[in-house]
Amino acid sequence: MRTMTPKLRIWWGVITVLVLVYALFPVFSIIATSFKLPSQLNLGTFLPKTWTWSNYEQILTGSAKDLFLPSLRNSIGISLIATAIAVVLATLAAYAIARLDFPGKRLILTTALGVSIFPVVSIVTPLFNLWRNIGLYDTWLGLIIPYLSLTLPISIWTLAAFFRQIPWELEQAAQVDGATSWQAFRKAIVPLAAPGVFTTALIAFFIAWNDFVYGISLTSTSAARPVPAALAFFTGASQFEEPTGAISAAAVIVTVPVVILVLLFQRQIVSGLTQGAVKG
Amino acid sequence: MAAITLKDIRKTYGDGFEAVKGVSLDIADGEFVILVGPSGCGKSTLLRMIVGLEDITSGELTIGEKVVNDKAPRDRHLAMVFQNYALYPHLTVFENIAFPLRLQKGKFTEEQVREKVEFAANTLELQDHLQRKPANLSGGQRQRVAMGRAIVREANAFLFDEPLSNLDAKLRGQMRTEIARMQRRLGTTTVYVTHDQTEAMTLGDRVAVLRKGELQQVASPRGLYEQPVNLFVAGFIGSPPMNFLPGEVDGDTLHLPVADVPISSELKEKLGDRKLVIVGLRPEHFEDASLTKDAAEGTVSFDVNVDVTEWLGSDLYAYIPFETHADVASKLEELDRDLDGEGMRTQMVVALDSESRVRDGDKASLWFDPTKMMVFDPEGGENLTYDADKVREVDQQNEQDRKASIQRAQERESAKAS
Repeated sequence: MRTMTPKLRIWWGVITVLVLVYALFPVFSIIATSFKLPSQLNLGTFLPKTWTWSNYEQILTGSAKDLFLPSLRNSIGISLIATAIAVVLATLAAYAIARLDFPGKRLILTTALGVSIFPVVSIVTPLFNLWRNIGLYDTWLGLIIPYLSLTLPISIWTLAAFFRQIPWELEQAAQVDGATSWQAFRKAIVPLAAPGVFTTALIAFFIAWNDFVYGISLTSTSAARPVPAALAFFTGASQFEEPTGAISAAAVIVTVPVVILVLLFQRQIVSGLTQGAVKG
Repeated sequence: MAAITLKDIRKTYGDGFEAVKGVSLDIADGEFVILVGPSGCGKSTLLRMIVGLEDITSGELTIGEKVVNDKAPRDRHLAMVFQNYALYPHLTVFENIAFPLRLQKGKFTEEQVREKVEFAANTLELQDHLQRKPANLSGGQRQRVAMGRAIVREANAFLFDEPLSNLDAKLRGQMRTEIARMQRRLGTTTVYVTHDQTEAMTLGDRVAVLRKGELQQVASPRGLYEQPVNLFVAGFIGSPPMNFLPGEVDGDTLHLPVADVPISSELKEKLGDRKLVIVGLRPEHFEDASLTKDAAEGTVSFDVNVDVTEWLGSDLYAYIPFETHADVASKLEELDRDLDGEGMRTQMVVALDSESRVRDGDKASLWFDPTKMMVFDPEGGENLTYDADKVREVDQQNEQDRKASIQRAQERESAKAS
C-alpha cells in the first residue's frame, strides 16, 4: 500500500465524512426529533429548541403506553421464539444437507430459495383469511409461523455453508473413537459450529424483528401486534398534532438495542456471512 | 489384539460402480499388513469397510473370531489414524487424546485417564505439548497426536489411512520409523493404506497389492520384489521401476531391443509356443562392463547409447531409449497409466555403480545376468517365471523373523518394566 500523501489523506477524510453524514443523518434526525416538543416539530431546525423527555414519557408511561409497551413485549417474545425454533430446525436441516445425499435434497434447497424470494405481500391476504378461519388471527403463534417462513431459508443456507466447512473426518474419527452419531455431533461438531449458529440466530432475529407486513395484517389488537406495526397506529394529542415525536421516540427505543447488539457482535456477523464463501 | 479376516469382500456403490471386487485376506494377530496400490484401486474403501465407515455389499469381515459386518464403528474396538489427522480443534492435545476415554463415561477415573494419556504421550514424545491446541502444532506433531489418540484405547487393531502423505519427505522418513517402532512395541495388529511403495516395502510384514478393486498379490516385501505374480506388481514395486522390454522368441534365442539372450531349457518350457513376450529386468541387475574385470559366466553383454544420466552419489542412473514392439506397446502404455505414470518415451533405466564413467550421450558397455530376468505373458501379464515355492520359502522366513522381533521387543519391554 502506498503511504498516503497528506493531500490524499485529506480527500479520504472528506469522503469518509460525507459518507457517514449521508448514512447517519436520518438516524440522528430521528433521535433529534424524539427529543422535540410536539408543538415545535415544524420549526425546521435540526436540533430541538427545547430538549424534552415528554415523547418518551408518553410512550412509556403516558397515553400511548397501552399501545407501545404491549407491542414491545410482543415483538421481543415473538421474535425470540421464532428465532429459537428456526435455529433448531435449521441446524438439523443444514447438518443433513451438508453431510448426507438423500433423494429430495435439491428440492428442499430450491424450495427454501423460492420461499425466500417470494413477495410477502401477495400471500398476506389468503393467510389473513386462513388464520381467521382456524383461529390463529391476532395470536403469537399466528405470527411465529409466517416468521419461520421468513427466517428458515436464510438460516438453512448459512448453517449449511458452515457445516460444509467442517471436515467430515471429525465425526468419523469420533465414531471410530466410540461415539454414537448423536455424541459425535454434540461433542465434535457443535462446539465448532457454535459461531455459525450464533450468527444465524442474530440474522434470524433481525428478520423477525423488522417485519412489518405480517405484523400489521395478521393482528388487530395489542394481543399480538409487534412494534413496527404498532408504530403505524400512533396518534398525537389532538387531531391537529402529528405523532411524529412519539413515533421517533418509539423508533429509537426499538432500534438502539439492535444497533448495540450489532456493534458488539459485528465481527461474528461478518465472519458468519463470509465463512461459507471461501474454503479454508 | 485380534486377527482380521476378510472373506470375498465386495463393495458396489449405488450407481453400479464396483470399488472392491472380491478381496480375501487373512491378517494374523499382531501382523502389520499394508494395502498398497495406485489411486482409485479401492484400498481406502477397503480400510473404511474394515472400520465400519462404509457398508460391505457382500462378503464376510471377521475381527477376532466375530463377524462384524453389521456392527457400528464404535462396537468394533478399532482405532484409526486419518490422512488429515482429524484432530478436534477446540480441544487441547491432552483432551484430544483423552477423547475416546471420556466417551466411555464412568469406565475410567480421572486419575486413570491421566495415566493412560501420559503413557501415550510419552510413547510419542508429546509430553511437552499436552496443553497446546492442534492449530499451534507442526504437521508431525499433529500426526503423533492422532496416533496417541489411537494408542490410548488399547484397541483390537490400528488402521492407518495414508497418514504420511501430508508430510514433507524428511518428516515422512522420521515418522515411518516412529510408526514401525510403535507397532513393534505394542504388538497390535495394524492395517496400513498407502500409495507409496517405499512405505509399503519398509513398514510391512506383508504387503497386499491392489489394482482396480482386485487383489493382485499378498506376500512379504521380499516376496513381492523377487517373485511378482504379474506385470502390474512387478512394475509397481521397486524404485526406479522395473524395465519392460519386448522379447521376440526365435528358436533358442530371445531377441531384446538391446541384446540377444539364450533361452535355457526350463525357460523354453515356460514360454510354451509364444512368439512375443515382455521381459522384465530391474535397473540394479545391470552392471557397467568397464568397471568389472570380466563378465561372469552366463551373463549377457551389450553396447548401447546412453541418452541421459543422473548421478545421485550412491548410484548412477542411465536412461537408454529403445524401440518397442508395436504389439506390446499398447499393453505397456496401459500399464504405465495404471501405475499413475505419464511415460512419454520408451526408455530403460539402469542403476550402475557411482564410480561408473558413463555420461550423457556416451556409448556404454553393460552386462546383466539372465537368470534374474523375468518373463511375462504379453496378453494377460502373468509372470511366466514365477516360482511359488520360492515365494513360500521367503514368506516363511519372513514370518519367523517377524515373530522373533516381536519376541525381542516384548522381552525388552518387560526388562525395562522390572
